[in-house]
Amino acid sequence: MQWEVVIGLETHTQLQTNTKIFSGASTAFGAEPNTQACVVSIALPGVLPVLNKEAVRCAIKFGLAIDAEIAPRSVFARKNYFYPDLPKGYQISQYELPIVGKGRLTVQVGDEEKVINITRAHLEEDAGKSVHEDFHGMTGIDLNRAGTPLLEIVTEPDMRSAAEAVAYAKKLHELVQWIGICDGNMQEGSFRCDVNVSVRPKGSDKLGTRREIKNLNSFRFMQQAIEYETRWQIETLEDGGTIQQATVLFDPDTGETRAMRSKEEANDYRYFPDPDLLPLEVTADDIAKVKATMPELPEAMKARFEQEYGLSAYDASTITASRSMADYFVAAAADFGGEAKVVANWVMGSVAAKLNEEGREIAESPVSPAQLAGLLKRIQDGTISGKIAKDVFAAMWAGEGDADTIIEKQGLKQVSDSGAIEKIVDEVLAANAAMVAEYKAGKEKAFNGLVGQCMKASKGKANPSQVNEILKQKLA
Amino acid sequence: MINSSLKELAALLAGKKISSLELTREFLARIGRFNPKINAYVTLDEEKTLTQAHAADARIGRGEAGPLTGIPIAQKDIFCAKGWTTTCGSKMLENFVAPYDAHIIEQFDRAGAVNLGKTNMDEFAMGSSNETSYFGQVKNPWDKSRVPGGSSGGSAAAVAARMCAAATGTDTGGSIRQPASLCGLSGLKPTYGVCSRYGMIAFASSLDQAGPMAKSSEDLALMMNVMAGFDPRDSTSLQRDKEDYTRSLNKPLTGLRIGLPKEYFADGLDAGVAKVVEDAIAEYRKLGAETVEVSLPNTRLSIPVYYVLAPAEASSNLARFDGVRYGYRAPEYTDLLDMYCKTRAQGFGEEVKRRIMIGTYVLSAGYYDAYYLKAQKIRRLIAQDFTEAFKQCDVIMGPAAPGTAFKVGEKTADPVSMYLEDLYTIAVNLAGLPGMSIPAGFSNGLPVGLQIIGNYFDEARMLGVGHQYQQATDWHTRMPEGM
Repeated sequence: MQWEVVIGLETHTQLQTNTKIFSGASTAFGAEPNTQACVVSIALPGVLPVLNKEAVRCAIKFGLAIDAEIAPRSVFARKNYFYPDLPKGYQISQYELPIVGKGRLTVQVGDEEKVINITRAHLEEDAGKSVHEDFHGMTGIDLNRAGTPLLEIVTEPDMRSAAEAVAYAKKLHELVQWIGICDGNMQEGSFRCDVNVSVRPKGSDKLGTRREIKNLNSFRFMQQAIEYETRWQIETLEDGGTIQQATVLFDPDTGETRAMRSKEEANDYRYFPDPDLLPLEVTADDIAKVKATMPELPEAMKARFEQEYGLSAYDASTITASRSMADYFVAAAADFGGEAKVVANWVMGSVAAKLNEEGREIAESPVSPAQLAGLLKRIQDGTISGKIAKDVFAAMWAGEGDADTIIEKQGLKQVSDSGAIEKIVDEVLAANAAMVAEYKAGKEKAFNGLVGQCMKASKGKANPSQVNEILKQKLA
Repeated sequence: MINSSLKELAALLAGKKISSLELTREFLARIGRFNPKINAYVTLDEEKTLTQAHAADARIGRGEAGPLTGIPIAQKDIFCAKGWTTTCGSKMLENFVAPYDAHIIEQFDRAGAVNLGKTNMDEFAMGSSNETSYFGQVKNPWDKSRVPGGSSGGSAAAVAARMCAAATGTDTGGSIRQPASLCGLSGLKPTYGVCSRYGMIAFASSLDQAGPMAKSSEDLALMMNVMAGFDPRDSTSLQRDKEDYTRSLNKPLTGLRIGLPKEYFADGLDAGVAKVVEDAIAEYRKLGAETVEVSLPNTRLSIPVYYVLAPAEASSNLARFDGVRYGYRAPEYTDLLDMYCKTRAQGFGEEVKRRIMIGTYVLSAGYYDAYYLKAQKIRRLIAQDFTEAFKQCDVIMGPAAPGTAFKVGEKTADPVSMYLEDLYTIAVNLAGLPGMSIPAGFSNGLPVGLQIIGNYFDEARMLGVGHQYQQATDWHTRMPEGM
């Protein structure tokens, strides 16, 4: 039988606010345990939540970025359950009325574009952490993270392969950073995905029973986990078994998923509207104010780059894959002033290759956009050849200065003085009589050999088109 | 002096006729003498109290005194006060020392008032007789075999026995007005949102409201000037201009329209109480007021609605008492679940557990719509009744409690009979309206309160209505014998 996998994602994005969602405690990562736990974070008797408006602005930004409905009135609810790192005994979340409604995100999967529908996004608070190391037979509780603002983004079950799910997750990961609401740091848990996976016979329109893979914090693990889970579900069904709805964890060491708890044991969370918080009202004016601060979104920027810079769709898409790359490109292109396509080639080529090699982000590139533009100007005005430019770029990367300094210091300036070139050509012709004879006998290839010899003799600095021209004259 | 009004005490302090230290010592001496019999206070800390009195004297000396500077006030043990054990009447918090101040406590500190101590209360404010306190029954100073009412029974008894100049209380379903009625004092529950709930241990968040308990309406007004005010730390606190609650005290009552809900004078009301309330209303007519019959048809549903909503919120509010971070933890347990179960089974009393169970039940999947949602709908109808009634009148009057103080143990076996104590008070909380009780006389030697219900933010008018009555009568000056 042919099977089809159906995937939906729930992503917890930690919002980049200075303080927690319902208190003034800091959200900075990595502090000593419980040093960022104020009276509200600890849930002392009598404390009350006060909504952080910045978290609301982040949610509105996201809603605008995915072209979603933003609810004029949304409601915070209490999700009740006992757990040691949940200090109040309930999590404040949004249940029936979330702030962000239906929206969509277009992702590139291979050569195809696919629209992933987003069901909702809601604001909620994070829990603390249980710490099992360092306590013999006991558990420690660190409440620094308790109350950190999260935006939980839920998709429709629209994805049909691990590749689509990963493409969506990557696109979302980039988007939340692009609009500045999340730092995207997956190691620190700022961006965590739960993936719902089910399989069904191809052609069926009924959904199979799903299992939820919890807390995936890398795209590679996500890919592996979905692939394993899909295989496991298909094998189970083909062996005559049934799938039980369950929550599963992915073990990166074994590459396998295993059930954590089945849904029969699931909690009854007894959601009800939080009486400590008034319904959240968002006015058209609030939305307009956020809109005014929105950066240009990737899709719009891509279209603009095709128009304005004459980039191909592919190049425009690659350059706008991240905001920092787009920013780099724009800065370099502006400084350069010449054909933007040349800038794009260098950014996607030499710059990207070096970054990749060293595992760095473009924002950390040792060659600044202005420096890259400086190099490109020297190619354009004929000071150096494209070949020499590669060497200059390497030297710039190594921190030896800007292009002009390196060209000057290493004497890499292209020789365009026809007298000097003529002298080199004469020497080469004199020293390579055999090759000259071959050429004259009709072997065109010998001509290229002679050009090469001239370039070598000039240490690559001779202007290649001039060498060509003069050689042709001399051999005529 | 112990019978003096807050205004008189302030004048004595300002005129250096007495120091705050002397006044405070006088009250502490009375506490030493009467508290062992009454059990109104659960925590006393003479050193802290006297330090505050000392600071108040210095402030008076600098000429920076406000109306309550140097005046000893009792604080219900539901308010977190930095450095003070704050128990909320529960074993769960027997050893909990609050590391921060509630907004109400801060307000009294800013005013320069002296904190005399923390008063006894029903556990987590759940009760109408003070019998659910882990720290023992509070006795009614008028008859020590009787209850003082609840949940602010400690504060009520402290005022009645003149063990403080005035006290704070909280009122979720009648917890200020019913004990005020049973102990013969004045108590006001303000409009929901007027006093910040920050630092006040939550019972039912959408109903809880702090308010003053004192000898007279005038004293309540002075207390309100300190207690009311916007607090950004409470999202339900209302951002309003500061008001002077004494501004209408001397306004004559001519033309005042008093609404009398027919449902408040029907079955369930004790005949002696009815007589006192009717006499009080006759007195108001003499003072120039008019009366008009109004109807609050959904009032009969207020107790069932309350006993769905309040326990629902309480079941969630009390989830934080889990033995993990502070408060009581069972000494022995086998694993996490066992720790939770034993801690909460041992740390909470019977009434609290009953309400947690009711609340958990009504919020459960499959029951939520039938109970919680339905109760919310009826709550809106109850509020609408009042909106309609206030089209015909300025204030509503009736009894504060269906009877006088009952015997200790009389109603403990039957929770529903206890719940009916709040028959006339609960609807006011559900609607978020202000309500007060003032002493209106006696039935069989026990005090009876008259309830005055006002429209939203009409506290100043209500306090004036109370004050004018107290100018014409002397019920509010009566003291229990032997005190």
